[in-house]
Amino acid sequence: MLAPRDRVIRHEDYALRWSRSTSFNDLSCEAGKEVLAPVRPDSAVPRPVDASSKAPVTDLPAPSADSSRTVLSASDVSRALRRVAHEILEHNKGGADLVVLGIPSRGVALAKRLAAVMESVEGRPVPVGALDVTMHRDDLRRQPTRSPMHTDIPEPGIDDKVVVLVDDVLYSGRTVRAALDALSDLGRPRAVRLAVLVDRGHRELPIRADHVGKNLPTSGTERVAVRLLEHDGVEDQVTISAGESR
Amino acid sequence: MTTSPHLLAPPARRVRRHLLSSADLDRAQVRAILDTAAEMHGVQQREVKKLPTLRGRTVVNLFFEDSTRTRSSFEIAGKWLSADVINISGKGSSTSKGESLRDTVLTVAAMGVDALVIRHHASGAAHQVSQWVDAHVVNAGDGTHEHPTQALLDAYTMERRLGDLQDRHVVIVGDLTHSRVVRSNLITLRTLGARVTLVAPPTLMPSGIGAWAAADGFELSHDFDAVLPTADAVMMLRVQRERMSGGFFPTPREYTVGYGLTRPRLDALMSANADAVICHPGPMNRGLEISPDAADAASSLVLDQVSAGVAVRMSVLYHLLAGNDEGEDS
Repeated sequence: MLAPRDRVIRHEDYALRWSRSTSFNDLSCEAGKEVLAPVRPDSAVPRPVDASSKAPVTDLPAPSADSSRTVLSASDVSRALRRVAHEILEHNKGGADLVVLGIPSRGVALAKRLAAVMESVEGRPVPVGALDVTMHRDDLRRQPTRSPMHTDIPEPGIDDKVVVLVDDVLYSGRTVRAALDALSDLGRPRAVRLAVLVDRGHRELPIRADHVGKNLPTSGTERVAVRLLEHDGVEDQVTISAGESR
Repeated sequence: MTTSPHLLAPPARRVRRHLLSSADLDRAQVRAILDTAAEMHGVQQREVKKLPTLRGRTVVNLFFEDSTRTRSSFEIAGKWLSADVINISGKGSSTSKGESLRDTVLTVAAMGVDALVIRHHASGAAHQVSQWVDAHVVNAGDGTHEHPTQALLDAYTMERRLGDLQDRHVVIVGDLTHSRVVRSNLITLRTLGARVTLVAPPTLMPSGIGAWAAADGFELSHDFDAVLPTADAVMMLRVQRERMSGGFFPTPREYTVGYGLTRPRLDALMSANADAVICHPGPMNRGLEISPDAADAASSLVLDQVSAGVAVRMSVLYHLLAGNDEGEDS
């Protein structure tokens, strides 16, 4: 029976509630991608960050005072993407049958940029879309629920096409594994290639990228953050910082 | 890092997420469920409709009341997410041999199920069950109390046709006293910022609803024709003959004249707002609360509601089952 609100059975008074502290609303889920990486026993021990501490493991310049350093500037990103776009076209001997699919969220922005470069080179549009992999991830049960993002497969479909998967950072390879599974539910491409802006190593699966914007040797405790103008509203940049120890 | 469970420590009861009432969901959570449902809807259009997401999880549909669309859409939703789905209905189960709800539920839970979707004729049954078992519980209708997934799919269907429901006017007409759909819909629509008017004859208005309306800011009316022209959506509720012991209105004919969505009212609605939509949670009593003209009109979302039911229930199962549980050590 309908009753005034204060007389309605109020589950919140005694029932277990949906969690409100999860990343239920963190649509980007990008944070998890970078931070939740397992720290391997052999990786560098995270150390307190100050100007005098040495950069762990790599031969990259010492960290700046704010502990994050820029490894790719806007013009570096632009050059890397142009080169990757040309590599894809060269490898494919033109733009025929190419379908570029970005993995949300920043992979989609990168895919659009790559497709735009290829279009200007080839003089005809290259189909571009988005492929969400959330439902195929193998770590769903280890994390708070993630909301899936939009999947948008361009009109010709992917059957017998050469699909180029695009992501911002290649790390464990698990996202790409999920993407390959997601693709197989959508059709049967003739070939699948992988293009990434940054390959930071630490693969956990036998997966490699075909086209890499920048190889970035990192320690497992560091964070690689990609910022793109159309996605983040700030100038393109890739930064690396010491992660929190977990 | 947590240590391994100590032998002397009380067994930590894992925190399970349930969907027992529409009031359990805040606006962001409703938004997340509806947005995920839109993606699931895309999966529904594909040739391969299966997602591997809930592989190895078991969902039990425990229905102590008759249901076609709710049970089958939960079943399809679970299967398309690769969960194993088992249907148990009250008739033909041990319940008909006299087993109590608690024993039936504990028996089912003891088999190791991950989620229980329950419909029961007693209000509060789903909540009770959630206290007994260590599984996610989804309320698929408890007596005259709530039916939260119906409210979510109604909101989803209306949003797809009307856009954002903020400040849109939804008129819900019919048997407010016996409807669990109306309570859940009211809560979810208010959560989404819609303006809601409930219309019913005085005999089918529950006592005390005036105070709730005043506190929550929705409107009440006994005059369908007066509120009809301002409606963006009209939701007709089924006249629940099985829950009525008579005396709520003199004759079915008189109910239709006063509160049915008849042909003249359909015309009045369409001439006032050509984009207005008509919903009915089903099953319909054609000729009683809704005329065949209205049920089959282009503005009728009745079949869209059924198709949205699968997508929304996939979304609910996904959000309840896919992630880890809060506080659980993974």
